[in-house]
Amino acid sequence: MGRAAAVARQIGWYFSKLSWYSATLMGDNHYRRYAEHRRRTHPGEPVMSEREYWRMRHAATEANPNARCC
Amino acid sequence: MATPTAAPTERIKEQDGDVTYIRTEKDLPPVAIIDRSPITTRHKIIFGIIALLGAIAWAVIAFFRGETVNAVWFVIAAVCTYVIGFRFYARLIELKIVRPRDDNATPAEVFENDTDYMPTDRRVLFGHHFAAIAGAGPLVGPVLAMQMGYLPGTIWIIIGAVFAGCVQDYLVLWVSTRRRGRSLGQMVRDELGAVGGAAAIIGIITIMTILLAVLALVVVQALAQSPWGVFSIAMTIPIAIFMGIYLRFLRPGRVSEVSLIGVSLLLLAVVSGGWVAETAWGESWFGLSAVTLGWCLIVYGFAASVLPVWLLLAPRDYLSTFMKVGTIALLAIGILIARPVMQAPAVSEFATSGTGPVFAGSLFPFLFITIACGALSGFHSLISSGTTPKMLEKESQMRLIGYGGMLTESFVGIMALITAAILNQHLYFTLNAPAASTGGTAATAAEYVNNLPLSGDPITAEQIEQAARDVGEQSIVSRTGGAPTLAIGMSEVLHRVFGGAGLKAFWYHFAIMFEALFILTTVDAGTRVARFMLSDGLSNLGGPLRKLRDPSWRVGVWVCSLAVVALWGSVLLMGITDPLGGINTLFPLFGIANQLLAAIALTLVSVVVVKKGYLKWLWIPGIPLLWDLTVTLTASWQKIFSGDPKVGYWTQHFQYRNALDSGKTSIGSAKNVDQMEAVIRNTFIQGTLSILFALMVIIVFATGLIMVMRVLRGGGTPLTEDEPVASTLFAPSGLIPTKTEREVQKQWDALPQSHARSVGTSAN
Repeated sequence: MGRAAAVARQIGWYFSKLSWYSATLMGDNHYRRYAEHRRRTHPGEPVMSEREYWRMRHAATEANPNARCC
Repeated sequence: MATPTAAPTERIKEQDGDVTYIRTEKDLPPVAIIDRSPITTRHKIIFGIIALLGAIAWAVIAFFRGETVNAVWFVIAAVCTYVIGFRFYARLIELKIVRPRDDNATPAEVFENDTDYMPTDRRVLFGHHFAAIAGAGPLVGPVLAMQMGYLPGTIWIIIGAVFAGCVQDYLVLWVSTRRRGRSLGQMVRDELGAVGGAAAIIGIITIMTILLAVLALVVVQALAQSPWGVFSIAMTIPIAIFMGIYLRFLRPGRVSEVSLIGVSLLLLAVVSGGWVAETAWGESWFGLSAVTLGWCLIVYGFAASVLPVWLLLAPRDYLSTFMKVGTIALLAIGILIARPVMQAPAVSEFATSGTGPVFAGSLFPFLFITIACGALSGFHSLISSGTTPKMLEKESQMRLIGYGGMLTESFVGIMALITAAILNQHLYFTLNAPAASTGGTAATAAEYVNNLPLSGDPITAEQIEQAARDVGEQSIVSRTGGAPTLAIGMSEVLHRVFGGAGLKAFWYHFAIMFEALFILTTVDAGTRVARFMLSDGLSNLGGPLRKLRDPSWRVGVWVCSLAVVALWGSVLLMGITDPLGGINTLFPLFGIANQLLAAIALTLVSVVVVKKGYLKWLWIPGIPLLWDLTVTLTASWQKIFSGDPKVGYWTQHFQYRNALDSGKTSIGSAKNVDQMEAVIRNTFIQGTLSILFALMVIIVFATGLIMVMRVLRGGGTPLTEDEPVASTLFAPSGLIPTKTEREVQKQWDALPQSHARSVGTSAN
């Protein structure tokens, strides 16, 4: 029982690491990070909504595209 | 955007044995650790064993001349060499040239703006950087280079990466990080002067045109007359648009979620492609000729580059990142489990004779030109400057990301080489020889390849037809371009591990889809980037053209996009309709272009190394630079001046012209006057481009050389490095944090207020 729980916890730990990695790589948690950063650096000022944030990100890519390699 | 304060901040150093801790603020934990502890005995033993194992694997690959060599030896040789290269050579470069200063803030920390400047966890940035640099190049090049046997390719992919490719990526990243992540073109202008800068920018734009055209040609060759392939690729467009709308309007920010949905739909598209291809309407709708497909790609490229980013480009990029990382991991597992054996010879007849059908020319210089991206890729310098430095947390992480990222790409190249080498050699040449040689049918192809100097049993027409049926295609004769060969090799490996012979056709089309997907992503991103460079370059000319600087001026966007697409589109159509085969004449140009871009990047790095006063270590970028220049300029020379019409563009040009002038109506592979005129036109364009590329690079190298001379005489322009700003964040350097790094990290985590945090530094 104890052993199984430990194994399950270990698997859960790997899984959370993996989902953290993919979320950070793909961008799922970029908004949360932006909101934190904004509150820290500009306290009291308005924070964009998630929808607005992604519009801003895509507009930035539009203005300055990133290269992809061969 | 924060403005950097140039006021020098006190650095507080604290010595503890071999370890120095540096603080930039009294009441904050250290931001940098300098660990000078000598290598432990345990590590000495571990690295000794790795070196020994690597040496054994190399010996097996190079000297074992029995029936078969197992693919696993290639993996072992590669991985052991990478580990030693990363631990010792990259460390030497770090100590002597890069000299990372973790107490200084990186551009990401100074200019953090939540869009492009964003300090990012090193492991995540590694994934980002890898996804940006890895593409079809390292998959296609090694496959084509297999014509010369597996040994030369293996040696160059591994050794070339350690001493050239990784060095370039690492040092360009270093130079750009110290300059707010400026782009390669800008840095060449800043460090080498206006002439060198202008030559570099013209070079980069033309080189990009060729890159886009050749990659598109690879896709066209893989998809022509393949309803299954065309259907599954066509489906990626509505899937991407669906994802784009989902992210924009339904659930913004749920990127992993939508990517998973997208990948499932993609797999469904691959499976259903098989059903569609069997129907009559599927045949007639999706069984497109190469020319039609070429036009589809041109229209697509234009549309994708003017449509909003969120609708097509961004979701495609998510899909392609997911597929890239997933499929490469799958292939690595497949090779380790299936452990296939080599069918190709170590060194083939064509290596010395230079008469191979896949590409003309002898081992030196054309093997190096063909492999290109797997060992040294000039295009990486566009990623290492610009995108990646703006996300870097700490200077000491550049070794992992720049050097380590390229090692991973080299490993992808080795896997591509393995998948080509395990194929039956007769089959390999059936796929890769141009239609002008094979005649295009199974019977003529069998006759042709059986007359090539190959070992092993001859192949029959039935066997060729069976191989095509196995992968769900009507024909596999002259499927040039490398992608179909790789797909057959991958289906060979993967069906043994996952799913058995019944899934061979699925894996083949999965592989084709995976390659085409990221080639198309490169095509739309590349068209955008080239358009950006073009409008930027034109706006510098002043006058009414200055208006082009405004990216929201739609007319300018449309005109510049059209110009870029017309440039690569015409080269693409030229390749498709080339009576001599297209890939075999254009791929060398692609390789030369890529390697010449590397020469520009290495020249920049060398000048910076000299300006910084590290003359003693100039050989580190200098040797790859000289080697690369020798290879590419020899290849350019041969392409321009060789008297052999198979190698030299101009000799071939005049041969066909004379034939036409003397009233002949067919010569060689050209069966009528139209085809002869096509060859005359194509060789003219290819020959002119070869001259242009070589000239631009010679100008950049010469301005670099002049600058070095001036610096050595005590003159020259000063470095354009930014003033350092004190850092106030901490992050470990390597993949796995050391004990001291963990302790310091704990102190930062214990701070009451959450201090500056990198993307994903906290795992919950």
